Amino acid sequence: MKKFTGDNLFKILAAAIAASAVFILIVTAYTLTTGSSLVLQRFGTSFLFGSNWNPVEGREAFGALPYVLGTLVTSGIALLIGVPLSLGIAIFLVEMAPKFLRVPIGYLVELLAAVPSVIYGLWGLFVFRYWILNYVETPLSNYLGWIPVFSGTPFGLDIFTAGIILAIMIIPTVASISKEVITAVPNSIREGAYSIGATKWEVIRHWVLSYGRSGIFGAVILGLGRAVGETMAVSMLIGNATGPAAIPTSLLRPGQTMASLIANGFLEATGPLEKSAYIGVGLILLLVSLFINVAAQVMVTRVLKVKGGAVEQ
Amino acid sequence: MTNYILRKFKNRLFFILCAVCVVIAVIPLLSILYEVVSRGAPQLSINFITQKDADGGIGPAIQGTLILIGLTSVVGIPLGVLSGVYLAEFGNNKYAASIRTVNDVLTEFPSIVVGITAFGVVVLGIMGSYSPLAGAVALSFILIPIVARTTEESLKLVPNSVREAALALGVHKWRTTLSVVLPAAKGGLVTGTLLAIARIAGETAPLIMTVLGNAYFFQGFSSPMDALPLRIWRDSLQPYANLQAQGWGAALVLILIVLSLNIAVRMASRGRLRR
Amino acid sequence: MNNKNKETTVNIEQVRPDAKMQSITLNAWFGSKQALKEINLTVEANAVTAIIGPSGCGKSTFIRCLNRMHELVPNARMSGQVLLDGKNIYSNETDPVQIRRRVGMVFQKPNPFPTMSIFDNVAAGLKLTGTKKGQNLDEIVKKSLQQATLWDEVKDDLKKPGTSISGGQQQRLCIARAIALQPEVILMDEPCSALDPVATAKIEELIVSLKHDYTVVIVTHNMQQAARVSDFTTFLYLGELVEYGDTRSMFENPKSEITEKYITGKFG
Repeated sequence: MKKFTGDNLFKILAAAIAASAVFILIVTAYTLTTGSSLVLQRFGTSFLFGSNWNPVEGREAFGALPYVLGTLVTSGIALLIGVPLSLGIAIFLVEMAPKFLRVPIGYLVELLAAVPSVIYGLWGLFVFRYWILNYVETPLSNYLGWIPVFSGTPFGLDIFTAGIILAIMIIPTVASISKEVITAVPNSIREGAYSIGATKWEVIRHWVLSYGRSGIFGAVILGLGRAVGETMAVSMLIGNATGPAAIPTSLLRPGQTMASLIANGFLEATGPLEKSAYIGVGLILLLVSLFINVAAQVMVTRVLKVKGGAVEQ
Repeated sequence: MTNYILRKFKNRLFFILCAVCVVIAVIPLLSILYEVVSRGAPQLSINFITQKDADGGIGPAIQGTLILIGLTSVVGIPLGVLSGVYLAEFGNNKYAASIRTVNDVLTEFPSIVVGITAFGVVVLGIMGSYSPLAGAVALSFILIPIVARTTEESLKLVPNSVREAALALGVHKWRTTLSVVLPAAKGGLVTGTLLAIARIAGETAPLIMTVLGNAYFFQGFSSPMDALPLRIWRDSLQPYANLQAQGWGAALVLILIVLSLNIAVRMASRGRLRR
Repeated sequence: MNNKNKETTVNIEQVRPDAKMQSITLNAWFGSKQALKEINLTVEANAVTAIIGPSGCGKSTFIRCLNRMHELVPNARMSGQVLLDGKNIYSNETDPVQIRRRVGMVFQKPNPFPTMSIFDNVAAGLKLTGTKKGQNLDEIVKKSLQQATLWDEVKDDLKKPGTSISGGQQQRLCIARAIALQPEVILMDEPCSALDPVATAKIEELIVSLKHDYTVVIVTHNMQQAARVSDFTTFLYLGELVEYGDTRSMFENPKSEITEKYITGKFG
């Protein structure tokens, strides 16, 4: 049998090209680890747990902790606000909306994902930030400013605003997956509940959502993954704090996430150590993001394939 | 009896809340579109679109974005499509399964990390300077996994009977794939690719440390280059209102590009599904 | 995929030199499930051989072994020999692609290429296998469509998509597509089961006319169809060949009891 037939060649060529994904992964991992080796060798674990960021020669100190915390806090806000909104939208689209509304509204929600991050940032900087500042932050500061979380004089570019914009940006992701999960809930479950006299809300709350809870949880984790990796809008709205000042103590004070730090500061970095520090933050960011997304994939595919049947992810 | 009324009330309330969620989510979209159009439209003029920064235009940015799209597509689309072909047509094994997983992982990489990688490999390494190629490499790292996945999905939608018909005629598998299966999946391939292009056209973070930005038109592959997202970012941070306004103009151009790609895709797939 | 050529097990007396195709102790599996058991069958040249039997008896699997399509299914394998003009098509030096050009196939559900016109569909076999060199495509397409009794109905619409015609017409288009390559054998896997009676009648007429130039093997679950169009009939049951003979005597005088039961409709 001729081994070098056209078919064999084609298959081997295609297989080799498919490996470009692996190539990308390896190149990324390699670049990040070698790039951050300088700072990691110099500071070790204090890079992860330290808070200072001082590039001045002779007194260098680099710690990624404030930015890790900043990422977690902004993402937390994004989830806190974005998930209920997304669920509400998903429920509306699947259970409530009249047929003629489903496609247009679904489309509008999808369009939210098509807007580039930098334009969210631009809009946030000139428009949205003032809405938040005037209608939320200033009253919050005036009346509840004595609570540490709301301390400080807000001027609109802070952790809170960044968190809210993140919430908006993760809505398309969380809503569309939740929509699929809810659609995948078998009708027999709903019918059983209706037949014992439950109202629609009760059916959704006690039966549909609980049946789909692991899928929805997976959608939430995926949204978290998006929020963690989001760069531009956050970097433009978070206030660009560095060092210990970036530790998130109050929602109304400026902060910094891992991604925004790199976007805001990488080009200004002087010297190999400082550049290595930024790359080190990038490495931590990648690892966090990978962990979250792998966990989400496992949950979502398991649920949709096993329970959904009709809907395959 | 009152318990029933309470439950009915809760029911009503709940649905109003869900509808409110939809409204809350749609408001930012409408506001963004409104602001971009109202603030950006006054900027638009032939001069604005064709001249360089010093002459009050965003020509270099538009050119840069188009160059990046072109470079990225030339390399990324064939690689992505062929990857998808492998996964769909020969992909019934462990090797393919692991490639699929890697692809899924790659689509979730933070884009700033992709920028750092391209910085290390191209700016510090291959080219030794900020370069359009570095930007194209970064963007293709984002494009390839997306195109691979959508290609695989489109090819899987082609019914097996079509492949069998060709194979039964004595057509080689490679010829079947290229001349029969791929054309049959053309619609899905095109829409998937257009969506991927719309995505990379709007990416900023990977460009920051790869093409850097430039006030002038394309100056060769060893020089920094501008791009629309970068221009928007820079202008937004300027303290001068007229420069900020240019940022809105650039945003309008970018949104027009991205949205028209999205809408074209939407209309194309609706047409196909109807048939 | 296990298609080792077991030369040593062939009984020379078994080989019928004048038969067009012959299967010799043909076994076929899907994974661990055996679909065909020791099938020894002769296919006469320029005749229509029908393969009948209840669902799941292995008829489709059998004819797919005749053009090496069976092996395209993951986990499928076979053993034994299939001879075409006396030569084993499963021998190591034989290219399955070449076999499929000599042994064409028409499927149960019409499958014209969706992106091609009627003309291009018929010409596809020639274009895609590189056998078109120096040949007049227009002539060949016309001849094939004529032989498939479709020419008059589509001659003014050759540029229209292959999927724009009715089901029965699409199936005749698929037959024309197969004929265009001038195969020696045409395999048909329940070609009429997706068609209405009028289209079915047209195709049955066509099948009878084809045997002048080709050898035809047709799988059908419709016994009356087998009686109408075929010269020889084979009855398969649970993967085994129960009976084979010329159609007339098999239907009037089945030798095996199972055959008799199936033919008289006692089970299906």
